[in-house]
This record gives sequence, C-alpha cells and structure tokens, in this order.
Amino acid sequence: MEFEPNILAFCCQFCAYSAADLAGSMRLQYPPNVRIIRLLCTGKVDPLHLLKPFQEGWDGVFVAGCLEGECYFLHGNLHAKQWVNYTKKLLKEIGIEPERLEMFNMSAAMGTKFADTVREMTERIKKLGPSPLRGTEELKNRRTEEQVTDK
Amino acid sequence: MIVAKRKPLDEIKEMLKPYNKILVLGCGSCVAVCMAGGEKEAGLLSTELQMAFEMDKTLPPSGGTPPGSAKQIDTITILRQCDREYIDEVKDKLVQYDAILSVACGVGVQFTAEVLNGEKVLLPGLNTTFLGATKEPGMWVERCLACGDCILDETGGVCPITMCSKSLMNGPCGGHEKGKCEVDRNRDCGWVLIYERLKKLGKLELIKDIKLPKNYGAVKRPDKIVHEAYQVVGKEEVKK
Ligand code: SF4
Ligand code: SF4
Ligand code: FES
Repeated sequence: MEFEPNILAFCCQFCAYSAADLAGSMRLQYPPNVRIIRLLCTGKVDPLHLLKPFQEGWDGVFVAGCLEGECYFLHGNLHAKQWVNYTKKLLKEIGIEPERLEMFNMSAAMGTKFADTVREMTERIKKLGPSPLRGTEELKNRRTEEQVTDK
Repeated sequence: MIVAKRKPLDEIKEMLKPYNKILVLGCGSCVAVCMAGGEKEAGLLSTELQMAFEMDKTLPPSGGTPPGSAKQIDTITILRQCDREYIDEVKDKLVQYDAILSVACGVGVQFTAEVLNGEKVLLPGLNTTFLGATKEPGMWVERCLACGDCILDETGGVCPITMCSKSLMNGPCGGHEKGKCEVDRNRDCGWVLIYERLKKLGKLELIKDIKLPKNYGAVKRPDKIVHEAYQVVGKEEVKK
C-alpha cells in the first residue's frame, strides 16, 4: 500500500482557513492528507505546538498565515515565521528532517494556492517517507480510537 | 539579569544517558526572561528530549551502540532556584527522580544541589554567560562584570571594565579606529562610547582624569554579603 502521510496544518482564520473553505466551494481537488487547526492568527503558534505533532507521529506540519504585511495583528505571521524556522532547527537537532515543517502565506482569495500548498506538502512528505516517530504506541492507540469513532 | 544559553542537545543527551527517570527543572526568573530556562523552555526541552530518546529507540543500533532505553522525562518550573523557599516547596518531588537537569543559571544548579545535599544528581542544562540587559526582543547584551567597586559615576554610565575589550581604566588605546575596537572591528570601542556619552552629558572633562589601577581584590571570591540588619545572624553563620 502506498504511504499516505498525515499532515497537520495550523491555519489563520482570516486567510488560509478561508482559502481552504474557498478551495472547497471551488470544488478544487487536493489530497485528503491534511487536518486543519484554526487559529485566530498564526502569531499564536509556539514551538511546542509545532513539535508536539511530530512527537505524536505526524509526518508533516505546516503553518499558513496571511501574506506578509497583511496580518490582522500586524506581525503575527512574521513571528510565526521566526518560530517555524527555529523549530526546524530543533527538529534537526532531534534527528527529524526539518523539511517536514513549513510556513506558507496566502490570502483568503487564494483557494488555488491552498490546494497547491496541500499538494506540495503531500508530495514532499511522500518523498521523505513516514516520520521516524510514526507508529509509536501512543499514536497507534490514538489512531485506533479515531477509527472507532469514525465508524 | 543573568543571561544564559541552552547547551547543545547532544551534550545534554550524553549527560542524561545513565539515568532513566529525569526531571527538567525550570527557573522562572532571569533565565525565563532570556528565553533559556523558563517554564516554556523547560517544557520544550523535555519534549525535545523525549523525542530524541524515542528516536534512538526506533533507529537501528549503529556502530555497536545499544538502542536507547525507555526514559521518563518530566518538567517542573519554580520561581527561583537561588532561593531556598522555592526549592523546599518541590523537594519531595525532586527526590523521586534519578537525575535533575536544571535549566537555571550556574547559581541555581549549585544551590539546588546544595539544598538536596547529595541526595540527587544535578546536571546543568545551560551555559551561564553574563550579566546583561534585553537590548531588543530576543537579544541580550553584557553590561557588568560585577567588579564590586562601581565607577560608572566617572565614566558617564558606560562600564569600561565590561565595554572595553581590554578592561582599560584609561582609554581609548591606540587600537581604536572609526569608533571600533581592534580586538574585533565589529565591536564598538568602549572608550569611544564613554567619550560620546560624556560629551552628551557635558562632562567631557572627566575623561582627562587619570584613573588608578582598579582594585580587583574588592570582591573576595567566592564572596558573601550579609545585610547589615541581619549581621548578628551572619556572625553566627561564620562561627558554624
Ligand atoms: S537561579 Fe539563576 S536564573 Fe534563576 S532566578 Fe536565580 S539567578 Fe536568576
Ligand atoms: S564598574 Fe562595571 S563591572 Fe564594576 S560594578 Fe560598575 S558596571 Fe559592573
Ligand atoms: S491575522 Fe492572519 S496571520 Fe495574523
């Protein structure tokens, strides 16, 4: 069976989250590998938020915020960029490929860009393969619970 | 405040190798401000360590090194590790671990070890670097070497011991060029800073005073200070 990565996205509600919505209304096709967490602004992300999903075995994480200069809270997306870059260094120290984490910027009107981003990340993670921390006990348990509740 | 920097993860991992139940002990004051060892950083470090040790378990043993064993890594942060009352509050918890990785400054590590008095191993998670100030978000700069005999009144509030690479008492030396120091051309010449400041203050004549060699014996290291109001207690302590 082909490897299907699990990707977590932290999306700002003013841009990427709306862009994801728009991608849906535009009936754009994109890989179903992403789960989205909505944020008031990407300025809320903290290195711990970015690291925890990897600890739980997620294969990739991305943060999507407003275009630079267009954050509703002025510098939120620039702070997020700083923390994403810092967390990449932490991942490298731990021994996980830093490419598994990325920051993107888009506006609410960019439904296509959102779909492209998901496609890009999915392709990238597929090439890298499953996260070295995938399949830890904790994750396996969580996945089974999810499957049970899904049914 | 005391400014410190986290040690490289590999060095920390190496220190922790022999232990299985580990506590990352944060300090909520100086090192929280310089983003090295506060509650957030202690949490982040413990997560990093959990992940790194987990990785060692999943990776095939290479070059004869056995895969890492399961480790329990928890974290607690107290307000200050240089004050006994805060350590005492968590002492019961501390003694339950095989080793404590303190992410306070060197004072905090030593003092926590002193309070635990050999009961537990204390390890340093940070490299304590200097006494400094927050210049801008995420940037700290050294400003004082704790010489014990402050002369900032004579130098316009700029410390020559700290800001001059050679700690000269009378400067600048012949090595300064365009306001930069010969030791490192990216660094400001401390004595040019003093000159500029005195000029702004209208006290330029102060630079002409020849200062006598500094008494570096003003601090008898390791020094001790007893507040005058407590001096009776202090004497008792000396007798002990
Ligand atoms: S232990 Fe060190 S870092 Fe913590 S409050 Fe005391 S002096 Fe500051
Ligand atoms: S002279 Fe400089 S090193 Fe000495 S106490 Fe003053 S600021 Fe600190
Ligand atoms: S409001 Fe969108 S990133 Fe700040």
